[in-house]
Amino acid sequence: MPKALEGSQAIARAVGLCRPQVVAAYPITPQTHIVENISKLVADGKLDCEFVSVESEFSAASVALGAALAGSRAYTATASQGLILMSEVLFNIAGTRVPMVMTCANRALSAPLSIWNDQQDSMAVRDAGWIQIYCADNQDAVDTTIQAFRIAERCELPVMVCVDGFTLTHTLEPIEIPTQQQVDEFLPPYRFARTLNPLSPISLGTLVSPDFFPEARHSLHQALLRSQEEIVAAEDDWQAATGRRSGGLLEVVGPEDADVAILTIGSAFGTLVEAVESYPDVRPVKLIKLRVFRPFPSEALKAACLGLADLVVLERAFSPGMGGIVGSEVRAVLSDMSQPPRVHGYAVGLGGRDIPMDILPRILESIETPSEVPFRIFDVELSRLPEEDR
Amino acid sequence: MPRASGRSKTSDRASSRRGRKAADTAAEVPPPEAPVAAAAPAGVIVEGPVDLGEVRRRQPRFRGLESGHRACLGCGEALAARLVTEAAGPDVMLANATGCLEIFTTPWPESAWRVPWVHSLFENAAAVAAGMEAALKAQGKRTKVIAMGGDGGTFDIGFQALSGMLERGHNVLYVCYDNEAYMNTGIQRSSSTPHSAVTTTSPAGKERMGKRHLKKDIVSIIAAHHIPYAATASVAYPSDVRKKVRRAMAIDGPTFLQIHSPCPLGWGHDGSVTIEIARLAVETGLFPVIELERGSLAGVMPIRDKRPVVDYLKAQQRFRHLFVDEYRAKEELEHLQALADHNIEVYGLLGDGEDPYDSAGADTVRRGGSRWA
Repeated sequence: MPKALEGSQAIARAVGLCRPQVVAAYPITPQTHIVENISKLVADGKLDCEFVSVESEFSAASVALGAALAGSRAYTATASQGLILMSEVLFNIAGTRVPMVMTCANRALSAPLSIWNDQQDSMAVRDAGWIQIYCADNQDAVDTTIQAFRIAERCELPVMVCVDGFTLTHTLEPIEIPTQQQVDEFLPPYRFARTLNPLSPISLGTLVSPDFFPEARHSLHQALLRSQEEIVAAEDDWQAATGRRSGGLLEVVGPEDADVAILTIGSAFGTLVEAVESYPDVRPVKLIKLRVFRPFPSEALKAACLGLADLVVLERAFSPGMGGIVGSEVRAVLSDMSQPPRVHGYAVGLGGRDIPMDILPRILESIETPSEVPFRIFDVELSRLPEEDR
Repeated sequence: MPRASGRSKTSDRASSRRGRKAADTAAEVPPPEAPVAAAAPAGVIVEGPVDLGEVRRRQPRFRGLESGHRACLGCGEALAARLVTEAAGPDVMLANATGCLEIFTTPWPESAWRVPWVHSLFENAAAVAAGMEAALKAQGKRTKVIAMGGDGGTFDIGFQALSGMLERGHNVLYVCYDNEAYMNTGIQRSSSTPHSAVTTTSPAGKERMGKRHLKKDIVSIIAAHHIPYAATASVAYPSDVRKKVRRAMAIDGPTFLQIHSPCPLGWGHDGSVTIEIARLAVETGLFPVIELERGSLAGVMPIRDKRPVVDYLKAQQRFRHLFVDEYRAKEELEHLQALADHNIEVYGLLGDGEDPYDSAGADTVRRGGSRWA
């Protein structure tokens, strides 16, 4: 029976069902409701866990790291400035191959200051070595959070579950919360092979000379690549238990013979699905939901792009001075196809700017006239800028 | 050396099982499999050829930090870390901040640690330790967590995480090995560097007489968190270090220990006089050895024979610029003497007569003596 729940509340319940033993967090908009709800679960005796109210996100990540190493399932959540503040720890967690789960309530990065949604935060730490999974809606966020713990623990890798701030975290939706039994059967108790133990002491985080460093990095890279199998397996098993899917590595919807596709990451997918229904007269278009961004699902994407003439990449972040981040990676991956589609890149919804329904006809119209510019920020009103900045 | 991530030898695991309580007692029982002869009184001279393995097996103390690491000769920090882990015993987990100690003990694939040890970053040792403690608490385990850092990782970059850990009341002993500069990166000034000391980023010259700022009074700041126990100690007084570690280990709550640890390379003295230099810092009053409970002064190590600060300063290259015939140098020396006098007055450091725990009595090495209890 689905319940009407705010996204953050649903995510908190999903985390609670995974029985974390240590949760460390520092408040930041729009993540706050998630950790408030977890604190309440602890206060009400519904979740038996050590809730550590740290003094910064840097310590939130560090506490979670220490907890995971000492043998407890650990969780944290953050957004935006908080994610960037903990970025040094993020690289360290992944390099140490520590399993843990973090929710990133995606939000723009300052300056200028914005509390609203885009994905500049998680995109900025895409090289940290974390698995990154982006959620399209709140049911997806619940299911992915639970899967994330199993993926993390089986792969000895940290998993970042990215949910669009406000768009998902603060939206009320009918959501199916799994039973404790379903989660317990899916997710065994936390077990970490390198758990610190005075009876058999080990040293973790040692100094590594050039003689070993490339090998250590290679093994991290391979672990990320191999994690695709566990991500798919987690989704398959979860589907067997609940009947629900979130989209594997990526999901394609729309007519098979369409020669144009729009790729989105995160909650923009829902907007596009509705837009296709609202504009029945536009040309046939496929929609690609990129669910997993790290590891990048190169083969799945190439398969999804077979026969396409045009691929539009809509993303909520970009690299200033270069252009789209997802777009650039997509272009690179598709370049060895015999007939790759033309890739058109747009940054959309920056700093919480609304993504209107008419984005669909407008984008489809714009690709009719080939552009010299491979990347643009959608909806920029140049008249608001001084002449020299246009 | 044991291998990193490897398992230790059986004898160590056996000694680990004895737990913290056993390690806290002075004359430890030998490992179960050791022959009875190993319990011979300490200090007995063994005649004949020396079998190092046998000697080590007879070593009655638990060794958390094994020999063979890559510290410089006379490294105060290495000695202090050995004393701390010895006193703490095997039932511990360590979180080590980035620094010399982390570097010289764990060049992959080797490790000098015989206790669970983790290094994450420079500024998060206290937070990692807090996470470890939270996990152990969640699991109902009582293994003690110890965080370790240098003065850079404690006074400066790791200060926020440390303050947070103390404020939240984690059951963690934080040990700061204070060698008064960023030695691992090549002797740069930290907020622990004493006034007028020369480092590579506080050089002396026509316009400067070394560091222009005072050494941060870290223990007072820590004590202001009103934690159960905060103390300073010096590697010149090993039994005092052990006593304070054992005291902190027995407290269920956050505790802090600052150990003054000379760095021969950074301070500019011979590695053979580390202990003498450390003792002079105490005897001049420049480094007060004190204990604070819940923020209030609870004890001091009295100075039996007060020494002028020049005795301490002239023994180190980092203060060499103060010993020239120049007005500025004279002024700095007077200033440093005034700082020492101030410490002596504020903490009441001058002893009245002989005291086995004062600056002359406490460094007497007497194995099995009362001070070891």
